[in-house]
Amino acid sequence: MWAILSLLVENKPGILFKVTHLFRSRNFNIDSISVGVTENPEYSKMTITTYGDEKQIDQIVKQLDKMIDTVKVEHLDEHKTVYRELSLFKIKLSNANDSMEINKLANAYGGKVHDVKKDSIMVELTATPDQIKAFEELAKPFGIIDVARTGVAALQRSGA
Amino acid sequence: MNKMESMTGAKALMTAMEKEGVKQVFGLPGGANLPMYDEFTRCNIRHILVRHEQSAAHMADGFGRVSRKPGVCFATSGPGATNILTGIATAQADSAPMIAITGQVPVNMIGKDAFQESDIIGMANPVVKYAFQPRTAGEIPEVVKKGFFIAESGRPGPVLIDIPKDVQTNEAPMNFPDEFKIQGYSPWADPDIVNVERAIDMLLHAEKPIILAGGGTIISSAFAELQSIAEALMLPVVTTFKGKGAFPENHPLSLGPIGMHGHAEANKMMAEADCVLAIGTRFSDRSVGTFEAFEKRLKIIHMDVDPAEIGKNQTAQIAVIGDVRVNLRVMVKLLLQKAIKKTEETPWLKHVKETKAYWKENLKLHPGEMGAAKILRKLRELLPKESIVTTEVGQHQMWASLFYDVIQPGTFFSSTGLGTMGWGFPAAIGAKVAKPDVPVVDIAGDGSFSMTENSLATAVLEDIPVIVFLLNNSSLGMVAQWQRTFYNRRMVGVDQKSCPDYVKLAESYGAQGIRAQSMDELDKAIKTALSSNVATVIDIPIDPEEDVLPFVAPGTSLSEMILPS
Repeated sequence: MWAILSLLVENKPGILFKVTHLFRSRNFNIDSISVGVTENPEYSKMTITTYGDEKQIDQIVKQLDKMIDTVKVEHLDEHKTVYRELSLFKIKLSNANDSMEINKLANAYGGKVHDVKKDSIMVELTATPDQIKAFEELAKPFGIIDVARTGVAALQRSGA
Repeated sequence: MNKMESMTGAKALMTAMEKEGVKQVFGLPGGANLPMYDEFTRCNIRHILVRHEQSAAHMADGFGRVSRKPGVCFATSGPGATNILTGIATAQADSAPMIAITGQVPVNMIGKDAFQESDIIGMANPVVKYAFQPRTAGEIPEVVKKGFFIAESGRPGPVLIDIPKDVQTNEAPMNFPDEFKIQGYSPWADPDIVNVERAIDMLLHAEKPIILAGGGTIISSAFAELQSIAEALMLPVVTTFKGKGAFPENHPLSLGPIGMHGHAEANKMMAEADCVLAIGTRFSDRSVGTFEAFEKRLKIIHMDVDPAEIGKNQTAQIAVIGDVRVNLRVMVKLLLQKAIKKTEETPWLKHVKETKAYWKENLKLHPGEMGAAKILRKLRELLPKESIVTTEVGQHQMWASLFYDVIQPGTFFSSTGLGTMGWGFPAAIGAKVAKPDVPVVDIAGDGSFSMTENSLATAVLEDIPVIVFLLNNSSLGMVAQWQRTFYNRRMVGVDQKSCPDYVKLAESYGAQGIRAQSMDELDKAIKTALSSNVATVIDIPIDPEEDVLPFVAPGTSLSEMILPS
């Protein structure tokens, strides 16, 4: 299963290294990771998405929790969580209509268009990883030149 | 408010360690830790010089396991620091409390590939419980306080403190805190009465219940509690190898260690049991064989201080998280309250006792006068029961597991998790420093002993008289056994050709060397060693062809033992 983990960690140098190292040494995989300081500069929030069966996810959470630098580790229920990822796509423009088509596609996914050039266009899309994947599939026939993604940021809904 | 005294980081380190009760440090000086070494001339901490930093770490480890207080080792930066890594990893694998303090190049040189610079924090991260690198002198008192607390609390482990040279020499006003906060660390859990009660119920309703005591039982000194529960419920007790001696091995309910070289009766009964009370164990592959075969047939009650061990290797039906002694005390109390005291032998227990009696009679041993079983039983016969035994790693270690019975709980220590050759001798030195009044014996093999044999210098010069009980088959015996068993006797890289002469080696260090080639000589040698006040090596030549049996081949289940033919 796909899992979203939310970690509140001390905002000190070397913590990201320790967290990613734990995944490597325990034979787990990181699907995506995003890190940023919280409203309290003493802490950072890491959002990690990963794959594994229930037992593996349980073990990842326990091992992360055991780390002395992690203050709180949560396995978020994706149905009770708002989670989004920012992605940038640079797409090729080959035909006269491409620009308009891509604009339509971007609009359909709530994306924004930037940096329109003669032979390329950039789309910014903030969405769930599944939606980004779907957009990517539809954009592929135009020719994707480059992609950059931030990894997921997630917060549990209030009262959930 | 107390006026804070100004002092150097090095002085603060020593002061903070004195406050933690540190009496000695095992170490080796070098450029980057000289300011700390200079402080030995002005404090009450003894310095014990080693000839290789790995040994300093093993000595601190041995001291820590025996005293249950972190042992401290010092090394310089770069190669000094990398040399202690093996010792740190060994302590981590066996949950031993340790403080390793390394010198580092000055802060402004870090990252410049300076002379003897190594990123020891980065290298050690996966094998420490925690690592600190104070960047200012003023941090040192709190770092030391937290370091000792982390090393010895909860599931113990090694803590590394890497101190840049300028942080050692800089002066700062020092505040030695009594209290501190580590937000992400809470090693305590309340007693879990609900689950202990469920555990009792499950044990009472099982047809073939058994206790599996792991190393955690020894770390938390839950000996009396374990024995009282085993007796009240009339449960047979097996241990892991790390848990060897958690329960007196001469007790009628004791079956000894399970595992790759477990006792035949222990493996047989573990394989037949339907419910296990597993105390402070991580169900390592060496103990349980294949995970799948172990899990299927058993109801598991798992008690452990580390929540991450629950469900890591085995799925438990009942989990009791917290210090095992605390929860075993709850169990003892509940059994008393409920007046549960079994007196009638169940068919299962009768079967267990018959199986034990059968294997005590019928396990085929080496026919020669100097077979491993005879040698180790002789040692047991002559050693006072409170003696501490460490082992090296290899065949002798497994023979010790099979044939040296631990009578007094918590007197047997070995590198069981990492399996570090060279551990036993320096660990014995550390153990002797912790308990100078009892005999300390390193049951050794020639392969393993040769890795840290230069610790003889430390034993002699620092007057730490331990006994090296050397089962010498002139080879890397365990590897040789695997080559005989799994590689059709294609022997490669295992012959040590009786080199060196260990009696002469001991003598060259000023230690006592005795060769014992018969049981009579062995008897005399052990008695001489026990009455000597100098480190002694007893060199016992044995048959290089003797295998350790029974043997559960890797990847097979406990019921598939290879037995002596």
